[in-house]
Amino acid sequence: MQVKKVLIIDDEPLARSIVHEYLQQFPQMEVVQECGDGFEGVKAIMQHKPDLIFLDVQMPKINGFEMLELVDQSPAVIFTTAFDEYALKAFEAHAVDYLLKPFSKERFNKAIEKFLENQPKKPETTVALLETAASSPAQHDRIVVKTGTKIKVIPIQEVIYLEAADDYVNIHTAAGAFLKNKTMSFFEKILDPDLFTRVHRSYIVRVEQITRIDPYEKETHILILKSGAKIPVSKAGYAKLKQVLGI
Amino acid sequence: MENQPSLFNKFRFIVGAGLLAWFALQSYLLYDFGFSWKVASTDAGTTSVLLAAACYLISNNLKYYQPEKGRSVFILVLCLVLTFLWIVACRWLLPQLIPEPAYKSFLIQSLTIRFSIAFLIITCMAMLSALRYMQKDQKANEARKLAAETLARDAELYKLRQQLQPHFLFNSLNSISALIGFKPDEARKMIHQLSDFLRGTLKEEQQWVTLQHELQHLQLYLDIEKVRFGHRLTTILRHNDTADAMLIPPMLLQPLVENAIKFGLYDTIGDVTISLDAVVISNQLQITISNPYDPETAYPKHGTGFGLSGVKRRLYLLFARHDLIEIQTRNSIFSITLKIPQTVNPQNTDLKPNA
Repeated sequence: MQVKKVLIIDDEPLARSIVHEYLQQFPQMEVVQECGDGFEGVKAIMQHKPDLIFLDVQMPKINGFEMLELVDQSPAVIFTTAFDEYALKAFEAHAVDYLLKPFSKERFNKAIEKFLENQPKKPETTVALLETAASSPAQHDRIVVKTGTKIKVIPIQEVIYLEAADDYVNIHTAAGAFLKNKTMSFFEKILDPDLFTRVHRSYIVRVEQITRIDPYEKETHILILKSGAKIPVSKAGYAKLKQVLGI
Repeated sequence: MENQPSLFNKFRFIVGAGLLAWFALQSYLLYDFGFSWKVASTDAGTTSVLLAAACYLISNNLKYYQPEKGRSVFILVLCLVLTFLWIVACRWLLPQLIPEPAYKSFLIQSLTIRFSIAFLIITCMAMLSALRYMQKDQKANEARKLAAETLARDAELYKLRQQLQPHFLFNSLNSISALIGFKPDEARKMIHQLSDFLRGTLKEEQQWVTLQHELQHLQLYLDIEKVRFGHRLTTILRHNDTADAMLIPPMLLQPLVENAIKFGLYDTIGDVTISLDAVVISNQLQITISNPYDPETAYPKHGTGFGLSGVKRRLYLLFARHDLIEIQTRNSIFSITLKIPQTVNPQNTDLKPNA
């Protein structure tokens, strides 16, 4: 019997201990570490490469969804959460299972069985999981990025503009630029349309950062931001901008 | 209109007395013109009774129909019509009651002056009635508005007191579930703390409580949270006997402390100290609740959670003031200071402060 490595990530020690306790009935499941927040969680996942994680949603600094975004190869996930209607709806389809606290041993065992049965088909579910996780409400307030081994939380109000960069999006802030493996259309969807406008196929700009709009070649324009950055504006982008600015 | 119109209310009494006086005056006037007392009183009596009827008609009419603003001409026309009917009735009735040729010629001569006086009296009556009913309506409206406002305010206050995070309850139950396995005594203790706390929040208490009482209740909540979060959470409550005796609306502090714990624990990594300081400054209770936060990542919603806005609203409903809550951020510490005016009489700890 192959031993499965399990990680428990929850900020409440007692919540971790009950998962640990319930797991003792399954000798093939080995708890490799318990983590009290998402930062520890990311580190532990990279270090141990677990097969399954028990993940709380509400945690300090970065929540469970955001933590998953920072992991390159996400393991199978069982969410443990007290009350999150949103999570319930979104994760019914993609997570291995979700456990509503407080959960019974029987319910817990069912989740484990589900995991053991569904073992092979992991990768697609992870992608789908991340897609839904990304549109969780918390992500509309902040963007979590990883620079090297460091994790940075960028509050949305610090974002000046976004720039497409191959498969990534470069997030420009006063403190520098950060890469995030997301698409432009994703950000266009989650950012408040009153605050941010997609002025170009490759650019989304915070409207209040604009100081000048100059005409450029043909029907295109150029934006000058407060930071001095120059952003190209497409014809369609200019139309959108006019609407937002009311000109 | 709150009370049934009675025959003997003040307004009718005054009107009745006025008419009686008018009857006496008219009798004397006619007597002075050389008619006998009998003729004079019959004339005055008949005209006064008819006048009273006209007055009653106009007053009653205005009770059920009040012309809108700018349409008071309607009242004037009505008065004219009534006066005309009155004069016709007098002209027809009086000669039959007093079959004297001298009287008849006097009556016909005096019709114009009689008409003018009666018109003045009836118009006067109409105006008085209109004024009176308008006032009555206004009063009833005001009373209704006040009742509706009080109702809405009570409902809102009740709702604000009742706000309890379901997260808290479910997570506490989860902690108890975990404790049962290896520390059954602590599990039992936590069940009791949770029960006591819930019972406290469910009380439909309208009365203000002493700070001491409120802090005891808060302590239950803090103890539960400490079990949940373990060594990460430390709480410090600083208060003295003077502050303890001060009065405070029940469940006012809890949402703020809940907010402080939530932001303290979820906005920082590592150990968190939540502190509450209660002092009395010029007979005003001042309470400061502080929690650490990370100024670099403080979310836009920071400090404007439902807890804070609920407390703000509650303070406004209680005191009609916006300056009783103050927010400070310094050295990565977020503090909220509440000022509770001691406007409540200790003997009468009613929800409403004495106006």
